[in-house]
Amino acid sequence: MQEHRHNHHDHDHEGSHLDEVELRVRALETLLTEKGYIDPAALDVFIETYEKKVGPRNGARVVARAWADPDYHKRLMQDATAAITELGFSGRQGEHMVAVENTPDTHNMVVCTLCSCYPWTVLGLPPVWYKSPPYRSRAVIDPRGVLKEFGVTLPQETRIRVWDSTAEIRYLVVPMRPAGTDGWSEEKLAELVTRDSMIGTGQPLSPNSAA
Amino acid sequence: MNGPHDLGGAQGFGPVAPERDEPVFHEAWERRAFALVLAMGGTGTWNLDMSRHARERIPAADYLGSTYYDIWRKGLERLLVENGLATSDEIASGQSVEEPVAVKRKVLADAIPAALAKGAPTTRDAAMPAAFKIGDRVRAKVMNPMGHTRLPRYVRGKLGTIVATRGVHVFPDANAAGLGENPQWLYSVAFGARDVWGPEAHEGDEIRIDLWEPYLERV
Repeated sequence: MQEHRHNHHDHDHEGSHLDEVELRVRALETLLTEKGYIDPAALDVFIETYEKKVGPRNGARVVARAWADPDYHKRLMQDATAAITELGFSGRQGEHMVAVENTPDTHNMVVCTLCSCYPWTVLGLPPVWYKSPPYRSRAVIDPRGVLKEFGVTLPQETRIRVWDSTAEIRYLVVPMRPAGTDGWSEEKLAELVTRDSMIGTGQPLSPNSAA
Repeated sequence: MNGPHDLGGAQGFGPVAPERDEPVFHEAWERRAFALVLAMGGTGTWNLDMSRHARERIPAADYLGSTYYDIWRKGLERLLVENGLATSDEIASGQSVEEPVAVKRKVLADAIPAALAKGAPTTRDAAMPAAFKIGDRVRAKVMNPMGHTRLPRYVRGKLGTIVATRGVHVFPDANAAGLGENPQWLYSVAFGARDVWGPEAHEGDEIRIDLWEPYLERV
């Protein structure tokens, strides 16, 4: 590693730090493969799954179905794990799902102050801001200030419920269905459902902006 | 433990910085670090709670100065050394010197889709009836354990109300310490924002936290 640094002495500090982490991770993978603890092909499958297959479009389908189908909505609110499994999304970091619904009176917002708990099955891996100290520290003490940074301002009379995911329960926010979407198909509705609206740090898109 | 990870209510970290069209991973090494943690977790040498606790034990300044997947890497290195799977020198060089240790399982590529779809539920059968019911007033205990806990500092000693019963789940405080799963009833507890933060908080706002029975006392 020392030699590597010399070869790159013209890099700025951030650059050389990156090189160092990169080498460190490469060394780790080499070592663990050589010891026979891991199969490098397995790493590729994990990466492919969470980079390409699992993501917030899953959650958008769940929300759109709940908006369009009152029976599904009921099942989702009663047993979210089962209702989400109906659409084919289940498993790791979504074993115990709870759906929480926004209303004109109550806005829900999800955080994990202790680490980065997040419903992978419906939202994929969390964005950097969700895992970072500013959000984790402030979501519970200053939710309105945080929402403002996301461009969301709620009426004074709307109560905020911040869900701190300290256990293995994973929360999915069901945002309010935008007005002017009567008769829309589930596919079209799903296009309005943003990742942030399912965390509670955003609102769904308006029907005009989705066109 | 009152580690650097327990961030709820801390001030001074600045604004949240959402990134537009953020990629899942920002660097190639993040992909590998992420997958290494999942693959090694799959060997069954440690559990999820031990893994979290390893990250929490990273010295505070180092933890707060590290990016997310670097924290994962550092936690993994710690677990490898503590469990005798590799030495620090081997990790630094990438060269295996010591004989490998037998692990319970090895995660194979073909088995991953089914394993991920199944997940690892933490619910267990109830050995005792629940001590609390919806509507009960409770106090989060004042405690400062040196080990792993999922009772955040900011609610300790505060009064709240049980709003949901979530079943019986593996108890992280025991599981992280290698004392077994010791399953306990889990509840969602609502705390008024003003009860936690004082009059500056917005009237009517609340925080809902999932807390295990041993964290709570009846009021």
